[in-house]
Amino acid sequence: MKRRNFIKALTLSASIAAIGATSFSVHAADTIKVGILHSLSGTMAISETALKETALMTIAEINAKGGVLGKQLEAVVVDPASNWPLFAEKARQLISQDKVAVVFGCWTSVSRKSVNPVFKELNSLLFYPVQYEGEELEKNVFYTGAAPNQQAIPAVEYLMSKDGGSAKRWVLLGTDYVYPRTTNKILRAFLKSKGVADADIMEDYTPFGHSDYQTIIAKIKKFASEGKKTAVVSTINGDSNVPFYKELGNAGLKATDVPVVAFSVGEEELRGVDTKPLVGHLAAWNYFESIKNPQNDAFIKLYRDWAKKQKLPKAESVVTNDPMEATYVGIHMWAQAVEKAKTTDVDKVIAAVGGQKFKAPSGFEIQMDPKNHHLHKPVFIGEVKADGQFNVVWKTKGPVKAQPWSPFIAGNDKKKDEPDSK
Amino acid sequence: MKPIFLALLLWLFTLPTFAALDRAVVTQLGDEDSDVKIAAIQKLAQSAEPEALGILQALVDGTLQGADGEAITINNRVRREIDGALAALKLFHPDRKIRLAAAKELTVNLANEADPGMAPMLARARDKETDDKVKAAIAQAYALATLKHADAAVRLTAVKALAGSGDPNIKLLLLAMTDPANESEVTVRRAAIAAHAEVKSRLALGETVGRIFSGLSLGSILLLAALGLAITYGVMGVINMAHGELLMIGAYATYFMQAQFRTYLPGWLDWYVLAAIPLAFAAAAAVGVLLERTVIRWLYGRPLETLLATWGLSLILIQAARVLFGAQNVEVANPSWMSGGIELMPSIVLPLNRIVIVGFALFVLALVWVLMNRTRLGLFVRAVTQNRAMAGCVGVPTAQIDSVAFALGAGIAGLGGVALSQIANVGPDMGQGYIVDSFMVVVLGGVGQLAGAVWAALGLGVVSKFLEGWAGAVIAKIVVLVFIIMFIQKRPQGLFALKGRFVES
Repeated sequence: MKRRNFIKALTLSASIAAIGATSFSVHAADTIKVGILHSLSGTMAISETALKETALMTIAEINAKGGVLGKQLEAVVVDPASNWPLFAEKARQLISQDKVAVVFGCWTSVSRKSVNPVFKELNSLLFYPVQYEGEELEKNVFYTGAAPNQQAIPAVEYLMSKDGGSAKRWVLLGTDYVYPRTTNKILRAFLKSKGVADADIMEDYTPFGHSDYQTIIAKIKKFASEGKKTAVVSTINGDSNVPFYKELGNAGLKATDVPVVAFSVGEEELRGVDTKPLVGHLAAWNYFESIKNPQNDAFIKLYRDWAKKQKLPKAESVVTNDPMEATYVGIHMWAQAVEKAKTTDVDKVIAAVGGQKFKAPSGFEIQMDPKNHHLHKPVFIGEVKADGQFNVVWKTKGPVKAQPWSPFIAGNDKKKDEPDSK
Repeated sequence: MKPIFLALLLWLFTLPTFAALDRAVVTQLGDEDSDVKIAAIQKLAQSAEPEALGILQALVDGTLQGADGEAITINNRVRREIDGALAALKLFHPDRKIRLAAAKELTVNLANEADPGMAPMLARARDKETDDKVKAAIAQAYALATLKHADAAVRLTAVKALAGSGDPNIKLLLLAMTDPANESEVTVRRAAIAAHAEVKSRLALGETVGRIFSGLSLGSILLLAALGLAITYGVMGVINMAHGELLMIGAYATYFMQAQFRTYLPGWLDWYVLAAIPLAFAAAAAVGVLLERTVIRWLYGRPLETLLATWGLSLILIQAARVLFGAQNVEVANPSWMSGGIELMPSIVLPLNRIVIVGFALFVLALVWVLMNRTRLGLFVRAVTQNRAMAGCVGVPTAQIDSVAFALGAGIAGLGGVALSQIANVGPDMGQGYIVDSFMVVVLGGVGQLAGAVWAALGLGVVSKFLEGWAGAVIAKIVVLVFIIMFIQKRPQGLFALKGRFVES
């Protein structure tokens, strides 16, 4: 009896799986499939869920204008659940099983590092929309976020300037993985080149999902009180930022005394935090929602309408942020490149993406570098306002070319500014 | 927002009636260059006109609009300048609290950056002041402003006045004054040495107090997470891998209560946490009973199967939370009475939410202690823990006690969830991060012992916090784990062992 039930259940579940599988491939002939690989659960869901929505929105926008090569785009969404090995598994599934033409996804560098070999092996295409540490140039990846010279270095330079508070001591605080470690290595070398002594730099790391920032805040306070003007550079990623900023506010560490500049905190991450005690803390990005120009107005409206239509949680208060803009720009650039190449063939599309231009919500016509797979981007530094938006206090005159190989790491000067061809 | 804008417009373009305030100076506030802005702010502050206070406040609030109708943006440097200027103006405010805050702010500013120009104004404020506490605060600021005075006697009084401070920046200033290169007078140097030592020891004490507090705070959270497990694991020997999910249920119950208050009782929103306590207990206990009745009951005495089954249950519960509330973290806000902190010293602020949680942990602990030691139910539970067969022989309904004890343990986990929701992120898999910590506490403390759990939780909390201070969070976690493994090797029964004859052992 028991065994029979078991077999019944097995056949039932198998048939359900079969139904699921077939329903996907019905429209395969007249659509182009694109994969979306963002964590919808786990510690990174706070940041990545909005990117999935942005990708779906952009795809719907392109479809409404007739699609690409006359075909509609069909999104295949998977959830790698903030689990790095699962990213590789899901990427493989998207490429081999769902046969997607391109994948838009990843946030943390550790997830990107985990999928890189898959994209290389299967010769597929990934658009990565988040600022990162550089030190990488894959033929199969286009980086639409900032390299260190488009975010980290300008932010530190700003804090060193008179207007930024002439900081002399530095706390480099991050989540313990490749992006913060590498960025801090670059920053340390940069600070040294500016004459900052080792004793004036404190580096500290916390695990993913860390939620008790008492000791660290106390340490920062102590470090800051040892004489010179101190600034904190935060590369904390994911939902740890909520307890970090809560503790910062509760402990009364004000931006006028010790400013904190964050590289992975934007409008979206601050949605769940009371920002009144945080006024004046900073973030460095290539886009802020508060930037005023027609492209940005249209982009914000597009996303707000999308949120209402999709009935997203708290749709009335959704915000846009830098990685969302980078996702939006990346998908459009891919679509333009496919139109130019007249095919979705990966090698031909890769050749066509270089040199693509797009009028981005950041207010500039930004360009994909013809060679190094990175965007030329403007840099903005913003201070948190009481309503959770950012006030731009510093910006570059125009887009800056990315340096994926930071000149502050020894040996990088010999590396080529383009990926190896095979 | 509007009235201030109008006032500014009026004054910019039509009526130059405010003779004391220079129109050109006010326009300079909208200048692009921070240096021009700061010069204008200083002029406004020196005018000491009541209008100046309103304008500067509007500028810092971001409601002051420039000629182009856009809000004037300011950066941290300008903000610091305004804060200082505002504090100086507020020293003469009728409200005592505002005066006190202003004096403290000025002390911090002056400790960062000496400004002897403030001295006459501070002296005026100090002489006018009637409240002792505010007067003392202003006296500190005054001492800082006169620390570099040309007259050695003035410097000496200033140094002596600063000995009572607990500000690390003042410690540095005093240290500088012990150097003959900076201070020519011997008597002042001696006083500076004494004052420096006093401030230093006060700061060291403050730091230790801060560490112990954060250790206690972590310990109380561990205790709340582990107390329920101490009962279920202690009484029934059930390795309940779904314990973390019971915490998660408690946290979601808090979230649910907050949402209800937002919709139906917005005026009482600050008290949603109190209403969440019984709900969280009931919800987690109900789920606990359900788990016990449907799964765990059939697996008593088979620890491996229990482990696997409860692990499966935990996955089911996580997925259920995802389906019900979404995969993303939900926002649980601290009520206003739990936000902010108590400032013991300029360097030590104890966050209120953590203080409340320490108190809450004590409350739950007292509740459990009374339940276990002063009630018939507690007596039965203890009897079953010590010797199940014997308890059964003398008429204790062991199966029923199992159910009730499991519900109780689950309910207490739910209470732990309420506390966690106030400091950590609330999401479907939040429980996973606490299950290991909870088991560590129970195993270290000794099975079936409340006192063991208490000491283990507090000990682990304080030790981790001190280690974190030395070596960072990642290393501290590893060291604590290694320590526990070694400890269990030496003493498998934990810190406190139950005395008595065990049938199982």
